Amino acid sequence: MTQLPDQNGRFGEFGGRFVPETLMNALIHLEESYNHYSEEPSFQEELSYLLKQYSGRETPLYYAERLSKHLGKAKIYLKREDLNHTGAHKINNALAQGVLAKRMGKQKVIAETGAGQHGVATATVAALLGMECKVFMGEEDTKRQALNVFRMQLLGAEVVPVLSGSRTLKDAGNEALRYWVSNVEDTFYILGSAVGPHPYPMMVRNFQRIIGDETRRQILEAEGRLPDHVVAAIGGGSNAIGMFYPFIEDKEVALIGVEAAGKGVETAFHAATMSKGTKGVFQGSMSYLLQDNFGQVQEAFSISAGLDYPGVGPEHSYLKDIERAKYVPVTDQEALDALQLLCRTEGIIPALESAHAVAQVIKMAPGLSSDDIVVICLSGRGDKDVESIMAYTGGNQA
Amino acid sequence: MNLIDQTFARLKENQQTALIPFLTIGDPDLDTSVEIIAELEAAGADIVELGVPYSDPLADGPVIQRASQRALKHQVNIASCMEAAVKARAAGVKLPFILFTYYNPVLQFDLERFFEEVKKHDISGLIIPDLPVEESAELSKRAEAAEIHLIPLVAPTSNERIKSIVASAKGFVYCVSSLGVTGERSSFFDGVEEFIAQVKEYTDIPAAVGFGISNGEQAAKFARICDGVVVGSAIVRQIEETIPLLQNVDTRQEGLLQIRKFVAQLKA
Repeated sequence: MTQLPDQNGRFGEFGGRFVPETLMNALIHLEESYNHYSEEPSFQEELSYLLKQYSGRETPLYYAERLSKHLGKAKIYLKREDLNHTGAHKINNALAQGVLAKRMGKQKVIAETGAGQHGVATATVAALLGMECKVFMGEEDTKRQALNVFRMQLLGAEVVPVLSGSRTLKDAGNEALRYWVSNVEDTFYILGSAVGPHPYPMMVRNFQRIIGDETRRQILEAEGRLPDHVVAAIGGGSNAIGMFYPFIEDKEVALIGVEAAGKGVETAFHAATMSKGTKGVFQGSMSYLLQDNFGQVQEAFSISAGLDYPGVGPEHSYLKDIERAKYVPVTDQEALDALQLLCRTEGIIPALESAHAVAQVIKMAPGLSSDDIVVICLSGRGDKDVESIMAYTGGNQA
Repeated sequence: MNLIDQTFARLKENQQTALIPFLTIGDPDLDTSVEIIAELEAAGADIVELGVPYSDPLADGPVIQRASQRALKHQVNIASCMEAAVKARAAGVKLPFILFTYYNPVLQFDLERFFEEVKKHDISGLIIPDLPVEESAELSKRAEAAEIHLIPLVAPTSNERIKSIVASAKGFVYCVSSLGVTGERSSFFDGVEEFIAQVKEYTDIPAAVGFGISNGEQAAKFARICDGVVVGSAIVRQIEETIPLLQNVDTRQEGLLQIRKFVAQLKA
């Protein structure tokens, strides 16, 4: 497989840079800086040190024996990204972009956030590296994730509630881009997912591929062979692309991205961009998109704020079209059931986002055999969601 | 000859600067937009930008965002914006129309059919704020074939990109006067005059300035150093403030007159 993206930031027809002219030189400069610094041994050393000593990598690849036995025959492993500092995979990318920002001489960083995980990760990194931080968050999400708002403030970040559009992740992303256009000269935009204009999808993938690189090594150690299925939840798709990327050449490994079906893909309330979307340009890149016939972007819906996004990373759209990865929808209810099952069988409370991946494996389990090995990317922990789960279930357990 | 070129040629002869107002089509409704276009011409506008309301207007500040939201409430889309152009023409408006739209609505139209429609609706140019030169090759080719001007934007941060952006420019070059999104401003970035001079050095086609120009004084200042002045948010805000008058039969004419007066004082 040739190296993607190409020089225009394209993965096949997807990706690119669809942004106001004001940002073009900043994106070109960012790409050059990324190419320059990421090759430097001192950059790699600083990042490796922080990932290990600060965030606690590598994260375990845990054999979930009780879950496996409960579901049937296949062996199920969990890649424990939830054990990272700040509780999710988001810190991998935030640390890397933070270190890059520092090398580029930027003192101010901004970020968009949905569930608040990327916002918390960015606020954390800004505190660690002594930078000023502003986080844009849809007003709706500031309510759903009030605890994370306070967490970011504790870390010294300013949280800017976004009142435009549907007041969720997509609007936070729009507002972060607008702010960046106005402050492009002294501000670094730490984008949290594998979306947006080139070079972000490439950069975020490369900063998250540590998930898949470690998993590959760990499963070879534990089982002496590669897994049959690798499953990850997908909103914008950063944990999924980080997990998938090192396995792309291993054709025997099935890659499965799990998107949020909300109340069901047959309803109007879902975030199933791959199942129901069409090609379009959104937030700087060409990809699949939830939109109407006239190209107006539609609002997404999911119980999980991190998956509640009408777009998807361009590389995922490419992997879907070349049929290297498969993308399937999972409903709110299925994710909640999976969350509770994982709590009870393994004593692990997953994030609602990650619970979607668990739910997909529950659905697949009856068709798997005792030789099958499945890896789930457990992208984050569920502490942040406990309150909304309580509200959803009325405090009752299913 | 494209109507935009004719307009600039006439203005040059008379040593005048183009006044290029922007309005969001469908705010507060389509019929009113058509009437406002006529008022803009009566107030001295030379070219008008028809803004297609969009769900995610990345390059726009709060004023135009709100106008888009209002227009989208009654399902205004890119096709109905083109209809507005035809209706304005039928009502006697002579000035050239430019469709200002984000790229995605164009893309969903299918590029070939899009240009047929643009021509059919007597639109002379396009401004697509999220389509930099690197991404515009195909659209640009089709635009040229259809004799529709794709107006490029240059920004204060464009620097060495200016030369290649304006090299193949048609109609005029849109110089973004400040860092940031659309919206009224009291000041512009420091090097704005040198920036416009630099653009003019690389091209013979007209240069218009926009983003933030909100009153007659600012418009007059820029009129001295460029060939056209674009005013968007200030007019959209004026329309927003006039909505109560426009929506009442008894005060509608008064509302339209207020908009005309506001635009007339922008004309240098």
